[in-house]
Order: sequence, then C-alpha cells, then structure tokens
Amino acid sequence: MTQTGIVAVEQTASSAAGAAPAAMARRRASGTNRYAVLRSVSRVGVYLLLAVGCLAYGAPLLWMISTSLKTPAAIMAQPPQWLPNPVVWRNYTEALTILPFNLFLRNTVFITFWTMVGVALSCTVVAYGFARLSFRGRDFWFVVLLSTMMLPGQVTMIPVFMIFRALGWINTFKPLIVPSFFGDAFFIFLLRQFYMTIPRELDDAATVDGCGRFTILWRIHVHLMKPALAAVAVFSFINGWNDFMGPLIYLTDMKMMTLAVGLNLFRGQYYSYMHYMMAASTATLMPVLAVFFIAQKYFIQGITLTGIKG
Amino acid sequence: MAAATQPFFRRHKSLARDIEGYLYISPWLFGFFTLTLGPFVTSFLMSFTKWEVLSPPVFTGLANYQRIFLHDPLPMKALYNTAYYVVLGVPSGLVLALALAILLNQNVKGLPFFRTVFYLPSVTSGVASAILWLGLFDARFGIINILLRQVGIEGPRWLGSTAWSKPALVIMRLWYVGNSVVIFLAGLQGVPQHLYEAAEVDGGGFLAKTWHITVPMMTPTIFFNLVMGIIGSFQVFTSSYVMTGGGPANSTLFYVLYLYRNAFVYFQMGYASALAWLFFLVILVFTGIQLLASRYWVYYEEPVGRI
Repeated sequence: MTQTGIVAVEQTASSAAGAAPAAMARRRASGTNRYAVLRSVSRVGVYLLLAVGCLAYGAPLLWMISTSLKTPAAIMAQPPQWLPNPVVWRNYTEALTILPFNLFLRNTVFITFWTMVGVALSCTVVAYGFARLSFRGRDFWFVVLLSTMMLPGQVTMIPVFMIFRALGWINTFKPLIVPSFFGDAFFIFLLRQFYMTIPRELDDAATVDGCGRFTILWRIHVHLMKPALAAVAVFSFINGWNDFMGPLIYLTDMKMMTLAVGLNLFRGQYYSYMHYMMAASTATLMPVLAVFFIAQKYFIQGITLTGIKG
Repeated sequence: MAAATQPFFRRHKSLARDIEGYLYISPWLFGFFTLTLGPFVTSFLMSFTKWEVLSPPVFTGLANYQRIFLHDPLPMKALYNTAYYVVLGVPSGLVLALALAILLNQNVKGLPFFRTVFYLPSVTSGVASAILWLGLFDARFGIINILLRQVGIEGPRWLGSTAWSKPALVIMRLWYVGNSVVIFLAGLQGVPQHLYEAAEVDGGGFLAKTWHITVPMMTPTIFFNLVMGIIGSFQVFTSSYVMTGGGPANSTLFYVLYLYRNAFVYFQMGYASALAWLFFLVILVFTGIQLLASRYWVYYEEPVGRI
C-alpha cells in the first residue's frame, strides 16, 4: 500500500470534507503509518472473509437452481458444471406433473393463508390487552406466556392429537388452522413490544375525542402497527409454509397433503432423479424466497425488536 | 354513606377493568388452557398408562419409565445423538454467527446485501432445503464430494456413514445461523462507541477490543441465543426424518424422531408420553444449569433483564 493510498483511506474514514488537518492530527495521535497500513490490510481481510462467507452461504441455493436445470449427465460431470448447459426447463414441467404439485400448492396456500389471518387477528387483540390494559394478574399471565415459548411442543403434542382426533379433525385442515386463532406466544410478545413504543398520549387524545378502546385499537393502533403486523404476517407465512410435523401428523390422505409432506413423499420415490428433486424443491421454495425479498425489511425489524426467533 | 359507596364503586370499576383485560387476552387464555396446560398435565398422567389409541388406557404404574431406562436401548441412544447434535452444533453456530456479525459491523459497504445472503437460508428451513442438503451430501453426485475429488480427496459417504452422519447434520445446521447473525448485529450496534474509543486510547487492537469489550457487552444476547438455541436444537426432527430416516444404524435417530415414531407410527401413546416427559425434564435441567452458570459469565450493564 502506497503513501497516497493510506492518506486516501484515512480521509474517507474522516467523512467530513476538507478535514485534512484533522486527519493529519488523528494520524499523528494514532501513532505511525504502520498502524494505518495495518488498518487497510485488515479492511481487505474483512471483505475477503465476507466474500468467502457469502460463497458458502449462497452456493447451496444457487447449486439447487443450477441442478434443477441440468441433464442427469451434467449433474455427474467432473469437474462440476456451474451453469447448466443445455438448460433443461422440461425438468420443471416433468417434476411438477409427477407430483400433484398444483393440488399440494393449493392446500399449502389455504392453510398458510388462514393461519396468517388467525395469528394476526388474535395476536393483535391479545397483545393489546397485555400492553395497554392494567388488570389484576396481567404480569403473571405475561410471564406464563413467555415461559410457554420455552416449552417444547412435543410435550403437549400427544394429548393435543387425541383432542383433535376426538373432535373428528384428523385429515382436515382444522388442527393446523384453528390453534392460530388462539394466538402465538412469540407473535404476541413481538406485537406487545411494538405497542409499548406507541405513545400513550395518543390513546388519551382519542379517548377525549370520545373513542372507545376497541375503536382506538382498530382505527389508530392497527395503522401505526403496520410494520409489526407485516413482520407477524411474513413470519407466520414462513412458518406455515415450512411446517412439516403438523401436516405429517394430521394429514394422511394424499388429497389433503401440503407441499412439505408431498415433497417428502416424492423424495421417497424419486431419490435417484436429482434434477427432478431439485426442480420440485426450487418450486417449493420460490414463494418463500419471493416473500422474503419483498418483505425483507419486516423480517429484520421483527427479529431486532424481539431478539428472538428461530 | 358516601364513604361506604366510594370503595364499592371503586371496586366495581376495577372489576370492570379486570373483566375487560381478561376479555382481551381470552383467546390466548383459552388456547393456553386447552392446548397447552391441559395437554401438559394429561401427558404426565398418560405416561403411567398403556394406551394404544383404539383400546382404552390401562394404568401400568412406572412400567413405561422402566422400559425407557432398562429394556429399550433406543431412548438413550436417541438422547445421546441429540445431545451430540446440540453440544456440537449450538456453540459452533453461535461462534460463527457472532464472528459474521462482528465482520458485518466493521462499517462494511453493501451491508444489506451481505445480511440478505446470510439470512436467506433461515427462511428456507424445511423439507425443501433438507432435500437440497441431501443432494449436496450425496456420496457420488453431491457437489461437496465432487469438489473434494477435484482436489484429490475421496470424501466420506456423509449421510451413509455412521461416523459422518451426525457431523454432516451439524454442518448443515451452521447454514441456518442467519437469525442469530441479525440479532447479534443489532446487539453490536447498541454497544456504546465510547468504550471502543477508550480502548483505542489505551492502545487496544482489534482482538483486544473484541475480547474485552464486544464479547462481554454481548453476553446477555449470547446467553439468550444459547438458551433458545439449545431448546430449539433438542427438537431437531425434519432433517433426520427426511434425510436419513434416523439411519444409518440409528446414528441420526434423534429424540423427537423416536418420540414421533412411538406416538404416530406404533401408536403407543402411553410410552410416547413418558418419552415426552423425560424429554421435558432433560431440557428443563439443561436450561436450569445454564441459568445457574449464567451468573458467572453474563454481564448485565443495567439491572434489567432482556425481556
């Protein structure tokens, strides 16, 4: 690294224009040029490590897409073929016909949609109760709510199955949808944290104007809460779309299956057809990836707000 | 007279407020009693019975627990496999996530891009990405072994080998650390800048600053992610169900997979409930130990908890 290079780095570091004297002073204060060289070397190191990380994290998905468009011969190619040549779009049409993809897609969309509706409605109301109303036992129930997040679902799974079985709900979508209308601890917590950031004065002003509590909630809070509700919506979409154990336990009829369960069935029969498997997996993941790219901001906000998830 | 009506009126008003509050949280309360607390107690009771769904339950005392500890070798095998996965996977995941977050926190250009790349795998968790990894780990056509062959190494059979099947699933788990990266990154941005400046004055380099400032300031976040990561990883299911079916030779038979089989394949609800309760107690003990240990290594700047 040359002398001018070091100065340039130093100047970009002190963002203010015409801050050359300040930069000089800082350079003197921070010691010798050696230190500056070390710093720029470490910056190169940072980007180098990030590039390696990106490769490791991005490659599997790219490899999946690439494989889904290859001929079986190209998959086995040594050295590996990164870009498919020829590009075989037919893999998709074939894989998605072998598997009743449209049917599974419809079922998955139906379940995911109603789960999102249930979660959004119930959690908005419950979180409002915890955030804004003061009633006896509120803090106790809030602690209970938080501790249920730490209770593994497998402990309650068997009696819950027996309940739904007694209700005659096996092989229906109800066991997967109905519980979401009773709220979800993580989402209630997320929304409650968000409610806490809305100034109470707003509620007071609305009360003076003659609004009831429910009006305040639906007319004012829901609008202010849009980002948090969007986070809840996208998280519950992802959870619903990727859920495996629920559909596996409750849906046994082929006609009722979701993409996750259907894809697993397909895996059992077509394991050796890797191009088909990757095409079906890519098709299943596409909606999730699309939602992620559109609503990325809300994911990050949601995670940052609660410090949990996953 | 007025003095007597006043408290009554006030009590009445607070009663109305209580009713209103409970009305708002009633959806969750209903779900809690019917789908969490009720089943929680019921599964404890069921664990002392033999119940094969179609016939009524029969009380058998501690027979199920005797079977777990004395007659059936698989629960302990499954517990060992799961503990292996948790003990190897969770700490390495946290170290990796923290390292990535520290890198991203160095004022890098294109932060949103990098963050997206690291977070993206987390949203794909499920059967589709398990199938993707099945392809990556394939002994002959998987890209991992193809690349190893390029440098002259004949890779292991990964999911087909008892020695490599668990490490393979641990490696796969590292692909999903994006959540923790985002959480750590948010935490890092909250570390007061003046601490770093003070360290610089004292001549502290990057490593010294990381070890003496970043890591201690992040311990509450690390602790929280550790606890939730351990609870979550104990529940690992999809990867072994889809990718290995618990094999080869039960080397990836994880606890929840074994529990699932007993409940929904063999329909031994009583025995499966006992397994579920043992699972609950193991997680409780693990979490309890961490809570106790946290006193010695977690640093809280203010006397407030994280939640």
